[in-house]
Amino acid sequence: MSRYIVRRLLQAVVTLFVLSVLLFAWLRSLPGGPVSALLGERSTPADRAALEAALGLDQPILVQYWRFLERASQGQFGVSTGVLPGRDALEIFLSRFPATIELSFFALTLAILLGVPLGYLAARRRGTFLDTGSVLFSLVGIAVPVFFLAFALKYVFAIQLGLLPPSGRQSVGINATHITGMYVLDGLMTREWDAAWDALRHLILPAVALSSIPFAVILRITRASVLEVLDEDYVRTAQSKGLRAPTIRGRHVLRNALIPVVTTIGLQTGALLAGAVLTERVFTFRGVGHALAYGFETRDYAVLQVLIMMAALVYILVNMVVDIAYAAIDPRVRVR
Amino acid sequence: MTENPRRPIPGTPRHKKERIDALAASSAPEGGAATASGGGTTTALREAGRVAGGEGVSLWMSAWRRLRHDWVFLVGAAIVVLFVLLAIIAPFIAPHDPAGRVLIDQVHRQSNPVPGPQPGHPLGADYLGRDLLSRLMVGARQTLIVGVLATLGGLFGGMALGTLAGAFGGWVDSVVMRVVDVLLSIPSLLMAFSIAAMFRSPSQWTVILAIAIVQVPVFARLLRGSMLAQRHSDHVLAARALGVRKGTIVFRHMLPNAMGPVIVQATLVLATAIIDAAALSFLGLGNPDDRAPEWGQMLGNAQSYFDSHPHLAVYPALCIIVVALGFTLVGESLRESLDPKSRR
Amino acid sequence: MLSRTTKAAVGALAVAIALTGCAQSQRDTAPAPAGTAGAGTSDSAAPTDGANPDATFIFGAAGAPKLFDPFYASDGETFRVTRQIYEQLLDFVPGEAKTTAGLAESYEGSEDGLTWTFKIREGVKFHDGTDLDAAAVCANFDRWYNQTGDAQNSAVTYYWNNNFGGFADQADRDSLFESCTTSDDMTAVVKVTRVTSKFPDILAHGAYAIHSPAALEEYDANNVTAQGSGFTYPAYALEHPTGTGAFKFAGYNDANGEVTLERNEDYWGDKAGVAKMVIRSIPDESTRRQELQAGTIHGYDLPNPVDWKALEDDGAKVEIRPAFNILYVGLNATKNEALKDVRVRQALSYAINREQLVQSQLPEGAEPASQFFPKAVSGYNNDLQPYPHDPEKAKSLLAEAGHSDLSIEFWQPTEVTRPYMPDPASIFEAIRSDWEAVGITVNPVAKPWTGGYLDGTEQSEAPAYLLGWTGDYDSADNFIGTFFTQQDNAFATKNYDFANELTEALVAADSEPDAATRDQMVSELNKKIAEEYLPGLPISHSPPAIVVASSVSGLVTSPLAAEDFSTVTINE
Repeated sequence: MSRYIVRRLLQAVVTLFVLSVLLFAWLRSLPGGPVSALLGERSTPADRAALEAALGLDQPILVQYWRFLERASQGQFGVSTGVLPGRDALEIFLSRFPATIELSFFALTLAILLGVPLGYLAARRRGTFLDTGSVLFSLVGIAVPVFFLAFALKYVFAIQLGLLPPSGRQSVGINATHITGMYVLDGLMTREWDAAWDALRHLILPAVALSSIPFAVILRITRASVLEVLDEDYVRTAQSKGLRAPTIRGRHVLRNALIPVVTTIGLQTGALLAGAVLTERVFTFRGVGHALAYGFETRDYAVLQVLIMMAALVYILVNMVVDIAYAAIDPRVRVR
Repeated sequence: MTENPRRPIPGTPRHKKERIDALAASSAPEGGAATASGGGTTTALREAGRVAGGEGVSLWMSAWRRLRHDWVFLVGAAIVVLFVLLAIIAPFIAPHDPAGRVLIDQVHRQSNPVPGPQPGHPLGADYLGRDLLSRLMVGARQTLIVGVLATLGGLFGGMALGTLAGAFGGWVDSVVMRVVDVLLSIPSLLMAFSIAAMFRSPSQWTVILAIAIVQVPVFARLLRGSMLAQRHSDHVLAARALGVRKGTIVFRHMLPNAMGPVIVQATLVLATAIIDAAALSFLGLGNPDDRAPEWGQMLGNAQSYFDSHPHLAVYPALCIIVVALGFTLVGESLRESLDPKSRR
Repeated sequence: MLSRTTKAAVGALAVAIALTGCAQSQRDTAPAPAGTAGAGTSDSAAPTDGANPDATFIFGAAGAPKLFDPFYASDGETFRVTRQIYEQLLDFVPGEAKTTAGLAESYEGSEDGLTWTFKIREGVKFHDGTDLDAAAVCANFDRWYNQTGDAQNSAVTYYWNNNFGGFADQADRDSLFESCTTSDDMTAVVKVTRVTSKFPDILAHGAYAIHSPAALEEYDANNVTAQGSGFTYPAYALEHPTGTGAFKFAGYNDANGEVTLERNEDYWGDKAGVAKMVIRSIPDESTRRQELQAGTIHGYDLPNPVDWKALEDDGAKVEIRPAFNILYVGLNATKNEALKDVRVRQALSYAINREQLVQSQLPEGAEPASQFFPKAVSGYNNDLQPYPHDPEKAKSLLAEAGHSDLSIEFWQPTEVTRPYMPDPASIFEAIRSDWEAVGITVNPVAKPWTGGYLDGTEQSEAPAYLLGWTGDYDSADNFIGTFFTQQDNAFATKNYDFANELTEALVAADSEPDAATRDQMVSELNKKIAEEYLPGLPISHSPPAIVVASSVSGLVTSPLAAEDFSTVTINE
């Protein structure tokens, strides 16, 4: 088991290293650069040359990468030029990450709360209106562009009905104490109920928009997995033994059917991160996705490097944890 | 014996990698080697007692038999056929030139930025005075082009890599698959976004390329899995025993057999490609030249009019949703019908 | 069993959403009651007549400030914030681009225009409690001039580099600044090395804000270093800006994108009308509008002209600033020989339907441009008319020049909007169609603004491109001087015969000490540029707007977008 874990960790390290090299070279090959972003129409070739010299961007790419590694080994991953000039890129990631975690967590919770029961019911009543309806619904969920859904939700619930705030994470004037950076959690921890409530209200629309795809995926997985299990011998055996239906459902069907569902849920992080770029933009939700989009706009090399690396790291880690969990359950996986 | 929980469940996208592998396995004749994952060798998890698919009836025939009665497939196919038809004939039946600024004189940035419906222009015009109905109709063509080319690009790229890996195995396989895994480790839209941002001059082609590149690792893994599944199958062994050359085996015998899952995947990718193109436009990375309209681009460009003139966004959005749904329905039902397991 | 639990959960969620809605509709009426801390907690509900001195003014900006030391800044979002915190020796007349006395009560130049004496205002205190005097002013000048190392980079000190030139330890670069001395406690004497139209007017620009020398010292204000891919800034620029303005800096919250300012109770002039000002960064234009409609902000910058009418219908006040910008089509003959012929350039100009472009793509108050700067700038030539739309003339000029089959690469910027160019794609499309209508083959090339467009145009890669300029202060030099004085510019005027003539005329006008003579020289030069030289095609001047809720009064808009929000009051 431990050998398996070590091997997976090594693989992850190699993957990340390769990614960091590719990313570094690619970012610096982008046309334009921070000066254009900083000065706009006021930039001149002389300004650009001076800046490139000051930042060492005129050096060969290998020299630049070596310097980057040197600094990285001292825990410095570069200084932002555009998103929040002068701040360490890792610091920016850490300050933005809680927002994205919070948003993703709520979106995922929502997707599970709706997707699992609907999927289960659809499987139990296979072929009924409920089944086809929910499957169709989930397919539509995949077909709607996330940002369009976000706009539509905002238009209806924030603008037309005025029920929820249209953007941001917190109302101005809520003087909340922040511990984790996840506002709802902070509000609960400090017992500042109004702050928690305010943060929650800001979360609802983006979370619903972001949950559309994970919801569809979870629904269909649950349905397929339950169908599969219902067909298994042990369920039939249990039925013929005369066990009560709820017992069968709880003990045999659900427990077995939920295993792949749990995996799926773990593995939706990638989709969530990508969706967050769009959702956070529509709702001006200042998380990682927001910083990433702005990083591109301002050609902020340091921030882009750190954000993309961290996104990949999170994604790989989650994958790894899931796989290791599997290895623990199923000895056959380890062999491969 | 309990089920191996890692064995992919048919018809269910799970882990991106696993879903691809599951699909690949479905191409193995006689339900042979399955689940190829990770690097290197595979252990064929043979399913005891599995009967070869349909006595004497080809995979495709039996699939078609069931699809004929599957309303999900029929609805999806109807949408797809209509869409393709529209894409072909739209430029000839569109009432106006989609790039012609026919109502530009009515456009006043403040008082009337978007001319409304009027005789000859049932949906009105857009913010440059161009007939909206014509743009929507002609938009089908461009949308189809983007979807198809992006899918084909991903397919051919993936085919090159996957064939390389699957056919040769060994270190070629390890290297290629490691690269593919790195690429798969980045969320797809994030990658498309990053690639699109890289180009010096955004155009329709950069959009297509960005989406295509993202699909390359998907197809590569799919084809490689399918090749691996077939490497030890009887027909390949037979060919090899007869002394058929390696290249011929790969292209004559292995590739055609891998086409089933590839087609399924391609159908699904077409839908995502159209949606991703819209997302790129929304992020400002779409095709800046909107003379030849494309729905995703129309939707992305309409974002600043969403409050005041929502119809500019809603029409193209509806078109995208319906078409993406059509392709997804077709893909899903194809997948199910081609899956040996669901043919019990 | 589980199904029932989850049903209940789903139900509970639905109820929660509905409840949220109800709660919101009650809260909606009072935009952000002024928080638990601070002065204004008691008055959020009771509507009173007249201004509420304890109110919080929440403003939606298009971007976040980069830092809080304006000397190291070059972007409008930073200056918007620092203008509230700091003041300069000179200031702009409210609502105009002309300069007037600021922290200097009065000032006068010597006969030769090289020595300037500033009488400093009495009784002004910095936010840290120290007094403003002539020594403090000279300390600021000395700080600017004595920047060292990486801070000399024009990406850090853009305005000094461009307005004053070199720094103390740069022997190879001339500097406009010579010295600052104090002749008594309240009199500073600044010497410059040459006469220029921009001095002392340039001192009204936000970059030349006067800082507290004590605070500069305490927070290590000059410590700018290049590190890896960026510059690090000292604590002063990030957390401790200390000026004399009507607002004090109270904090920046990056997680919310909010800058908080508080009224300076010791301000020497009229105190701010609100107790607090919060500037929220909301990059998306339509989201700013939605926030205003939801009542969560009191105003925002750069409303989309498409929304102006709807905003006014909702009761908001759309204040249109006078246009202080120029949109032009830059031409560059380096890559396209045909453009060297002035008749081709004129043909391109006649082909453009400026009237239609302005009417369909630009807001009310926008005007077709006849020259390279707006009316508000001294030296504007009132006799000059914009090129009329005359496709026939364009065709015949092209034929005359032997370029009837002219083919031209035309660059379009993506991922950007500017105040002079609200929707680049539409403007591009309009000009492209106009050109095609006279038989020109247009090859469109799109480039991301920060990803190749600006570099490419600077490096003469684009034969034709859209670009513009928003003025920093009332000076022709700030417009045409910036564009054409250097001959290796984005128009590549070095390609033309008139290059030296144009440069000499610009330098002569800039160093003319007498304002009237200078204006006359500039006015004549404008005519020549528009008719004979035509290095680019002036297209339009577009007024940017700012919008505030009906409860807000007292806002004085500035053509330079340099609003002073201390006059704003809120009735609620």
